[in-house]
Amino acid sequence: MPAPIRLRELIRTIRTARTQAEEREMIQKECAAIRSSFREEDNTYRCRNVAKLLYMHMLGYPAHFGQLECLKLIASQKFTDKRIGYLGAMLLLDERQDVHLLMTNCIKNDLNHSTQYVQGLALCTLGCMGSSEMCRDLAGEVEKLLKTSNSYLRKKAALCAVHVIRKVPELMEMFLPATKNLLSEKNHGVLHTSVVLLTEMCERSPDMLLHFRKVWLLVPQLVRILKNLIMSGYSPEHDVSGISDPFLQVRILRLLRILGRSDDDSSEAMNDILAQVATNTETSKNVGNAILYETVLTIMDIKSESGLRVLAINILGRFLLNNDKNIRYVALTSLLKTVQTDHNAVQRHRSTIVDCLKDLDVSIKRRAMELSFALVNGNNIRGMMKELLYFLDSCDPEFKADCASGVFLAAEKYAPSKRWHIDTIMRVLTTAGSYVRDDSVPNLIQLITNSVEMHAYTVQRLYKALLDDISQQPLVQVSSWCIGEYGDLLVSGQCEEEEPIQVTEDEVLDVLEGLLVSNLSTPVTRGYSLTAIMKLSTRFSSVNRIKKVVSIYGSSIDVELQQRAVEYNALFKKYDHMRPALLERMPIMEKTASNGPTEIMQTNGETEPSVPDTKHLPLVTQPANQANDLLDLLGGNDVMPVIQTTLPTKPASAGGELLDLLGDLSLSGGLAPAPSVPVSQPPFLLDGLSSQPLFNDTSAAIPPMTAYSKNGLKIEFTFERANPNPNIAVITIHATNTTEADMTEFVFQAAVPKTFQLQLLSPSSNIVPALNQGSVTQVIRVLNPQKQQLRMRVKLTYTHKGSPVQDLAEVNNFPPQSWQ
Amino acid sequence: MMRFMLLFSRQGKLRLQKWYTATAERDKKKMVRELMQVVLARKPKMSSFLEWRDLKIVYKRYASLYFCCAVEEQDNELITLEVIHRFVELLDKYFGSVCELDIIFNFEKAYFILDEFLIGGEIQDTSKKSVLKAIEQADLLQEVHTHTHHREKK
Repeated sequence: MPAPIRLRELIRTIRTARTQAEEREMIQKECAAIRSSFREEDNTYRCRNVAKLLYMHMLGYPAHFGQLECLKLIASQKFTDKRIGYLGAMLLLDERQDVHLLMTNCIKNDLNHSTQYVQGLALCTLGCMGSSEMCRDLAGEVEKLLKTSNSYLRKKAALCAVHVIRKVPELMEMFLPATKNLLSEKNHGVLHTSVVLLTEMCERSPDMLLHFRKVWLLVPQLVRILKNLIMSGYSPEHDVSGISDPFLQVRILRLLRILGRSDDDSSEAMNDILAQVATNTETSKNVGNAILYETVLTIMDIKSESGLRVLAINILGRFLLNNDKNIRYVALTSLLKTVQTDHNAVQRHRSTIVDCLKDLDVSIKRRAMELSFALVNGNNIRGMMKELLYFLDSCDPEFKADCASGVFLAAEKYAPSKRWHIDTIMRVLTTAGSYVRDDSVPNLIQLITNSVEMHAYTVQRLYKALLDDISQQPLVQVSSWCIGEYGDLLVSGQCEEEEPIQVTEDEVLDVLEGLLVSNLSTPVTRGYSLTAIMKLSTRFSSVNRIKKVVSIYGSSIDVELQQRAVEYNALFKKYDHMRPALLERMPIMEKTASNGPTEIMQTNGETEPSVPDTKHLPLVTQPANQANDLLDLLGGNDVMPVIQTTLPTKPASAGGELLDLLGDLSLSGGLAPAPSVPVSQPPFLLDGLSSQPLFNDTSAAIPPMTAYSKNGLKIEFTFERANPNPNIAVITIHATNTTEADMTEFVFQAAVPKTFQLQLLSPSSNIVPALNQGSVTQVIRVLNPQKQQLRMRVKLTYTHKGSPVQDLAEVNNFPPQSWQ
Repeated sequence: MMRFMLLFSRQGKLRLQKWYTATAERDKKKMVRELMQVVLARKPKMSSFLEWRDLKIVYKRYASLYFCCAVEEQDNELITLEVIHRFVELLDKYFGSVCELDIIFNFEKAYFILDEFLIGGEIQDTSKKSVLKAIEQADLLQEVHTHTHHREKK
């Protein structure tokens, strides 16, 4: 059997392979050879074979069949074997497989080997991949080695102990005594690894931390070591670009950070050395800056005095101006961490930070953006927003969504005027419209609705934006919604803020219809535009055109559009009397909690009182022009959109003042509520409904009465009082039919004198079954603020035995309790 | 602590991988593939740091090799660059003007040097001289064994 080929030869051979397939073939051949060699238990070449296996493993090929062989190598007496064996163990073995435990005994023996390099191999392996079980078994050995005077072994034992503690934290205590003298070593390796060990212990155990602080007086010790490092002359062995052992300096600074955190005494004890390092460290190379960086982190984290903190922030400020992008990167990261606590100091570097928005590095840009948003306040909003909007224009797509959200949030908090706010939103929608988050659309709609005096300006600007570009869906959606709401303002040219544009109803409808047919519009957008067109039917005069459009979409393939169109069609036909009320102007909406990229509410360092937030309108304040004709349906003080009553000019029927029916959307159940309500609006109506019982059982019972009885049709009234508002009488009519034929198409109408207000809810049905087999019920609500005697005129229409019947009657026999 | 270190070429060939946390083989492969893609896509003007998953990645290119380390949130990125540089210096001193081929053909030695420099992701010794001396002595030990037992060369 020829000797297995050598490692270097194998590497050379494999590298000549021109294709992946060729390589695979070679590997497979060699693996087969290696396998048979393993089977033969060949000690001579085991090392060579495992080494080859490790190479193939690095190329990505499976090598698990070599695991046991590694263990055999470790057990061998030859140093060469052990070296490769331990390397193989670290690369191939996995603590999830039990086979790794077979190593434990070997490692134990090697930890006590006569040759320090063998001991070193064992310590290294244990410290890199020791499992919890192995650590438990071998912790004692490691602890022993921690006390040796051999610095070569001591430093390795320290790091091995760190690993043991990470895997089995409970074992920390046993290393404590051995750790005590570590810092008195001169050897830098031991010093460095000891500091790492102490750091690990402090991080894991607050008790240890206290012990080190109070009992061992660790802080002065560390300060002394650090001082010696800085003050001592040139030491070639540990010098890096003129700085003495920067690695050790950084680790000491880090440990000081942990010790000084939330402890005044310790912080004070390290104050001087920190100042010294901060001012004296050479900054021309990365090494010096690495130390400065760690110093800054420490200063910011401990209880340092303000002078030191300012020093730290200024270092970061200088970092921002450094040519080295890595330095700028860490500066921005650190500033982001400190912006909350040292806001004013960071503000001073605002312009430098804003400049970083133009950096070429993506990570730097992102940090600069986050930091910029954190620094925005009422004083600098205009300037900052200009920069941020410019950034939004030119930044990569991955930033646009977050930037847009940030702009919206900042604008909401600090907008100096409503007009500025609307303009800013417009700018975001037009430049980054496709990237805004989904919940931006309803939030914006709410904002626009609540800025009453800006409606004309807003709709005009949005209309103009639509003329330019219909590809950005959020923009198109908000615009359609606004045009649907405020289209009347648009065509009447009422804008105060800027030159009003001349636009006709047809032009507006052209635009909206264009959205419906455009390929660029998503189904959601189409829904918005169809609804907008529908709403214009009460604001424009070109109703016929609108009717036509709506009826076309009644057969649309898109189910959502179809349903809307069908319902709107119904609004034109059967429920035409409800259309104006349903399509009225939206009322002021209650602001829901906004969620943007930063949840933190902060004052952002403003010295003067912040701009009063005019966005939060108190719950029940209504704009003056809507104040008069209000019927608070559910009577409560909680969050209700109030439905305004309008009095459209309807031909007065013979019966006198006939008020419109106000469809209470949630109660009727017949017609779906107008889909123009933005998606995110919470279910106010239903909430109110559940908390406010319509029928109040606790009021004194009012006797029922017969209001009408003629030709077999009997109508009875039953009464309840609406609880919170005693001025409202709630009457339920019960219509029954004693004849042998049904009364179909039954409609009950009522009118009341001027001082009253009436609301008629939907009837249960419009067929009064014959022979008292059922009844039609309907609820009437009467508002009687002046407490006058209740009188009512009723009009009944129905079809009986094929012929239409109509009747009028007066109802005067209301019991006194119903109106007093 | 350092979670892992990778060395790979511009063509995406892995030359060394050292993991300091227990990770499944499958996951290692996935992470290596992903990270290589991310780092190789970076342009020269970009910083040496990036965020990846919940880790900070520090990488530096030396000739045809990328040295890539993953460190934790509280670790100092700037000093990690120095750690990488120190490792390159050690390789350079050992091999004499090290190039990628040296690491390809002597990968096991590269590992030995790394294991003499770092344990568990932390520096064992901050003295270049000390680390190189230890490697030298261990090599000698290997030679002695080799000479004594077999005239065998790798």
